[in-house]
Amino acid sequence: MFNYRTNLGQAEFENPIFTASGCAGSGKELSQFFNLTELGAVVTKSIMLKPRSGRATPRMAETPSGMLNSIGLQGPGIDQFLETDIPWLREQGATIVVSIAGESTEDYAVLARKLRAVPGLAALEVNISCPNVENRGQVFACHPATARAAIEAVRRNIGGELPIIAKLTPDVTSIVEIAQEVVAAGADAIALINTVLGMVIDTTTMRPKLAGKTGGLSGPAIRPIAVRAIYQVHEALPQVRILGMGGVSSGLDAFELILAGASAVSVGTATFGNPTAVIKIKEELKNELIEHGFDSLREAVGYAHRSEGNLI
Amino acid sequence: MSELVSNKKVGAYHHMVFSVGEIASVAKPGNFVAIAVGGESSQLVLRRAFAIYRTFDRGSSAGLLEIVVAPHGAGSIWLTNQVPGTKIDLIAPLGNAFGIPTEPVRALLVGGGYGSAPLFGLSEVLKNRGCRVDMVLGASTAMKIYAPLDGKRSVSSLTITTEDGSTGTAGKVTDVLPEIIAASQVDIIYSCGPMGMLEAINKIAVDFNIVHQCSIEESMACGIGVCMTCVLPIKGEDGVIRMLRSCIDGPVVDAETVIWDSKRSIPEGTWGAN
Repeated sequence: MFNYRTNLGQAEFENPIFTASGCAGSGKELSQFFNLTELGAVVTKSIMLKPRSGRATPRMAETPSGMLNSIGLQGPGIDQFLETDIPWLREQGATIVVSIAGESTEDYAVLARKLRAVPGLAALEVNISCPNVENRGQVFACHPATARAAIEAVRRNIGGELPIIAKLTPDVTSIVEIAQEVVAAGADAIALINTVLGMVIDTTTMRPKLAGKTGGLSGPAIRPIAVRAIYQVHEALPQVRILGMGGVSSGLDAFELILAGASAVSVGTATFGNPTAVIKIKEELKNELIEHGFDSLREAVGYAHRSEGNLI
Repeated sequence: MSELVSNKKVGAYHHMVFSVGEIASVAKPGNFVAIAVGGESSQLVLRRAFAIYRTFDRGSSAGLLEIVVAPHGAGSIWLTNQVPGTKIDLIAPLGNAFGIPTEPVRALLVGGGYGSAPLFGLSEVLKNRGCRVDMVLGASTAMKIYAPLDGKRSVSSLTITTEDGSTGTAGKVTDVLPEIIAASQVDIIYSCGPMGMLEAINKIAVDFNIVHQCSIEESMACGIGVCMTCVLPIKGEDGVIRMLRSCIDGPVVDAETVIWDSKRSIPEGTWGAN
């Protein structure tokens, strides 16, 4: 019997395929297409302290094998989110990973305090790497000290056993250094990767296509960057679980991230093109693992790191 | 997957028919369809959204869905190059629909370019409700006017404008609207076309104090409400402006509630503006 279970820190999951934050809302829209309990977890759109309009439009530009977005964390704010979205998800029986984003270290502390008593959460994703904030200085994950401070703020205030997953950006000189900092600060697992900062210039208007000028690149175009980042972090911190993401649109793509060192995989942009992509990928990955002779998902995690003499 | 049944070039556009089964019985004028383009190895990761031109409900398995496509980008060019018999991945019906008045009223339908497509299905529904339907279609040139013969049968009058004067009245749709509105004593305007045109029609609708429902177009990634790219600022009944998704809260919106002059910025006072 194949064992598909996985874990991120102390959090256990039935299977390793999750939605990606910002690519599934709070699950309601996707629940028209499949039962949310089929997912390893629903990772909700990063929620902030206050309601947020997000950035102006145009917010999207399609690119070769990908897309650029500059949503800017549009959302209702944590209070309304806790009042409506979380109870609804709980009613569905979904495994819930809440994603939070702040503008300051203090925001992360307050968000953690608001979430610490909320029942039924599997883990907390701390998004410290959204590229769509007005001030790039707010991308906490770009600097070891700010990354550390944000995660420490959550760790100090979350209390209890709720595992913290720190979501990092590949837009740094050394992803391993940032990963080491957030783990030292109390992160139980790491989410890799957030979108990659990019820009498209409209050659007709001869101006940046997005109203926010820059945006986050996602989709298959960034998959090799995700594989590299996961591989590097898994190599440096083999004991730390990784939630991998970046351009996964098939079971084979997910398998690649697992081999690099991911213990679970989030599906983001693929959902935009195919609302049932997560379910398809969940089935395909399981088949890939079985066909490659693995008895469990866990055996395959980081398998690409084995020494040369160990070939199967 | 839905089979492409027919693909015919009509002027600058392609009229495409798909066999969609039961979808045809639930689609309403104003709904749209999201189609995967480029095939298996495509570098195009997003679906393309098209207003539904009309549907034929011919029993559960035989329903047809029709769209009008302007081939202008890699995705729409791929789609218009497909031959009948090809299986196409489509999701429909998506979005809301045009609101249909309960009383027989006098309606004016205004379409820009291929934006005329969803208006013919609407005019049939309105006519069946006993409404008088006048239609104005505009485009840059004659080739870009989409007005099939059978569509014309459902309207009481059809006025065409082209910017180059190659057919109909030379000028824009908004040049002829005031006269038609005054002559037909229009109760409601329905429109579909480029955003600039919708905004200009809205100014006239406000001047004449006429209800105006428009079908809007923002660049869209998912079409199902999860990506948050297709938002636009809309003032709610509580007076608060919110960034609403045109795929879920639209594409049909009450034009008067749209903050039209907000191009590339978040209007002041918008809920959650920062």
